[in-house]
Amino acid sequence: MNRSVIVDVTARLILPTALMFSVHLLLSGHDRPGGGFVGGLVAGAAIAAIYVAGGMPDVRSVVPIRPWTILGGGLVLASAVAVVPVLIGNPVLDKWSFKLALPLLGEFKLSSALVFDVGVALVVIGLVFMVFEAFGDEEPPEFRGDVPDPHDIDESIEITDKDATR
Amino acid sequence: MIATLAFHLAVGATILLAAPVLRRWAAPLAALPSVAGLVFAASIASDVIDGTPWRASFSWVGGLDLTVDLFVDGLGLIMILLVSGIGLAIAVYSGSYFAPNATAARTAGLLVLFAGAMLGLVTAEHVVILYLFWELTSILSWLLIGQRHTDPAARAAATHALVLTASGGLALLGGLVVLAREAGTWSIVELLADPPGGVAAGVGLGLVVLGIVTKSAQYPFHAWLPGAMVAPTPVSAYLHSATMVKAGIYLAVRLAPAFSDLDAWQPVVLTIGLVTMIAGGLRAIRQDDIKLLLAFGTVSQLGFLFVLTGIGFADATIAGVTLLVAHAMFKATLFLVVGIVDHQAHTRDRNELLDLRLGSGWGPVRVCAVLTAASMAGIPLLAGFIAKEEAYAAFLDHGGAVGIVGIVGIVTGSVLTMAYSLRFASVFWRRSDRDDADVASPSFAFAAPVYVLTGLTIVAGLVPAAIIGDLVDSAVGGVLGIETASKLALWHGVNGALILSVLTIAAGVLLWRSTEPFVRATGRIAPPIDGYRAFQIGLEGLFTLARLVTTRVQTGSLPRYIAIILLVVVAGPAALAVATVPFERLSNPTEVPIQLILAGFISLAALATTMVQRRLGAVVVLGAVGYGMAGVFIVQGAPDLALTQFAIETLTIVAFVLVLRHLPARFGAGAERPGHLRRVAVAVIVGISAMVLVLAVSVDPPTTTASDLAVERALPDAEGRNVVNVILVDFRGLDTLGEIAVLLVAAVGVTTLARVGRRPPRTGIDPMPEGDPQDPADPSSTRSDAEVRA
Repeated sequence: MNRSVIVDVTARLILPTALMFSVHLLLSGHDRPGGGFVGGLVAGAAIAAIYVAGGMPDVRSVVPIRPWTILGGGLVLASAVAVVPVLIGNPVLDKWSFKLALPLLGEFKLSSALVFDVGVALVVIGLVFMVFEAFGDEEPPEFRGDVPDPHDIDESIEITDKDATR
Repeated sequence: MIATLAFHLAVGATILLAAPVLRRWAAPLAALPSVAGLVFAASIASDVIDGTPWRASFSWVGGLDLTVDLFVDGLGLIMILLVSGIGLAIAVYSGSYFAPNATAARTAGLLVLFAGAMLGLVTAEHVVILYLFWELTSILSWLLIGQRHTDPAARAAATHALVLTASGGLALLGGLVVLAREAGTWSIVELLADPPGGVAAGVGLGLVVLGIVTKSAQYPFHAWLPGAMVAPTPVSAYLHSATMVKAGIYLAVRLAPAFSDLDAWQPVVLTIGLVTMIAGGLRAIRQDDIKLLLAFGTVSQLGFLFVLTGIGFADATIAGVTLLVAHAMFKATLFLVVGIVDHQAHTRDRNELLDLRLGSGWGPVRVCAVLTAASMAGIPLLAGFIAKEEAYAAFLDHGGAVGIVGIVGIVTGSVLTMAYSLRFASVFWRRSDRDDADVASPSFAFAAPVYVLTGLTIVAGLVPAAIIGDLVDSAVGGVLGIETASKLALWHGVNGALILSVLTIAAGVLLWRSTEPFVRATGRIAPPIDGYRAFQIGLEGLFTLARLVTTRVQTGSLPRYIAIILLVVVAGPAALAVATVPFERLSNPTEVPIQLILAGFISLAALATTMVQRRLGAVVVLGAVGYGMAGVFIVQGAPDLALTQFAIETLTIVAFVLVLRHLPARFGAGAERPGHLRRVAVAVIVGISAMVLVLAVSVDPPTTTASDLAVERALPDAEGRNVVNVILVDFRGLDTLGEIAVLLVAAVGVTTLARVGRRPPRTGIDPMPEGDPQDPADPSSTRSDAEVRA
């Protein structure tokens, strides 16, 4: 697989910006346009850029955590926001919040809604990542039909990696 | 009672979890919950017999008013005594019957859970709780019947039982819900005190009866019960005597007084019950396996019980409840005897047993077996006689068509019962003349439950009024809501019932003496298929129907699925909108001129999508449609939506590209492909419908009270200024939680499907040859593969 230098460099430039934007959307979503869903999608789009440039190996090296861990972690986090209040005798999804004075950033509102939204964002990111994991392998179309078993997918990645660095 | 139920659950679960450790201690431990049940019954007995039902309530979801309501009246008390009493006998017996291993301990644990479910069933006052315990007994009996799960026959029998009783349970649930809705109460007591009428209630009642007849193994649903004989004998003894099949009878006793004045009720009950009684008896008299003989005997007796308890007049109900008790005592004992014989002699075949010599030490067991079989046959001085005598008298006194059909039917059935009882008992009174075939006699502990139960059968037969009279009176009185005076007695003088009894016994002996010719003669008129075969045919028919429907509905054509979905979801509501929405109040779309430009852009992109020949190009143009939509959202002042639309559109293109690599680069030539015009038509209809829908939605004012409330409360209640986000994470947070759970499931599903699609096909293709390039285990092939790629 040939790598395009232009795409490669553009993707590397986009990535930090997009991720920062994603975090911004996530954190400010409660008061300004944004939120966990959009934040997750933007991060997912950033991952898509990396994928376009370097395929699954690059994606895996940028996001070392496995997609199902992100996905499950997000659901666990959101569920915890819902369930923990019940365990201590309050209603489901009971809200809490307190304000932090952070250096440089000023006042920051940490609330149950934000933690919940982070859970939503993680689920969305995990979902996008998982779609790549499912469909985005390194097989060129002409090998369709005798694609190797998922068990030896790692092997094929190794080979492609070598190809890429050659 | 709640404590007793919890104790059953705790002990049962403990035994199951610790089965490998407990081994021989499982049986004694399993006896404890039954003792607790008996103690509880004793503690409330005097109040209940005096006519004050015991009640308890336990709230398990406070906010939703969900409570577990329990009550015990006379009938409930009898059932508790039977379930726990027989349960105790079974537990003691199991200790000797099973080798002390983990499997036996598991059986003991399941039996305890089963007893608990049964106790819950007979004490439930809430309709849904009753159903819950009902299905619990079905599932536990499935586990118990399929205890030897490595044996295909056991699995088949267990599945058979589960399919029949659990689907009967579903019918019961449907029926009970309909009845409860019609009556306006979930309380069984209140429902029966003021039974609902009308067509809906009739349908509900029919469903409930379906549940009863499947559970109680009435024809034509009887076959699971003889099939369940593959279970270990203690399990069979319990299922057949005091539990499981008696659940249906219990419910019949409860329902009959409330509904027996319906026109269809008595004919239905008589037909089902008498057919079951006679057909079961006919099957029983030709069995050589004495356990199977008892099983068909149980079917027959259940028919008898269903007639007596279901018919709905007081005398028959008294007879029915008496028979309920008598049957539990004699059938449990007989199964235990069969278990002892099977355990010691390793055969249940009547002919082989007649060849063996049950020598010294077998005396008490043989006497008990013959006496108990005599109780089943209805010989005087035993409990079975009292019940049968009451039944005869009830139908004789009742008269009319019901009385005549009833008496003829139950006398015929009882003659058959007499005959198969003799067939069973003859194994135990005849002596083999061979000296070399001595069977080791059972230990005292093994046979002790048999002695105790036989003793009860005799005592209840001699002085019925003192032993079970009060119980039966309070049960029947409670169910019918009338005072019933104790009439149970051994001797009522020479009357019609007694003469019929004598005739029954004589005819039974005659039939037994001529069993062989009789079986030969009736063999020809026996139905060509048995119940299990009928069940199989039904199941196969169901599968065939499912395949037929699936091949018609699931054609595998993606365009067709999409067309159906879009037409239903979009065109349907649009047609409704055209009919109902006043379109003259439409707002003017040219108010915001830039919208027109965006609309033109979107339309052009959409048109282009249909004309582009390359798939990749089509995806890009389709993306342009999406970006155009995002522009509209911005113009309309919805930055959140626009943001989301942009991100989604971008990701969708990437996802499309991922998948498109697996498809040819170009579409096929559209116009020549079959169905092209049809697709164009669908597209046009759906497009116009979508437009109509959007217009219809925008006729109504853009705000509603709910959205106003959300805007108003966002800052004070949720401390958020972005109302959309506040709704998502605060006001409707639980919905969002559900949605991301769905996302997770969808992600797992997509990944799984994608991976399954990529795996080499498993069937229909020759096995891989040596050195196959697909074989990951073959290093040479992988290398060559890599070379190809390089």
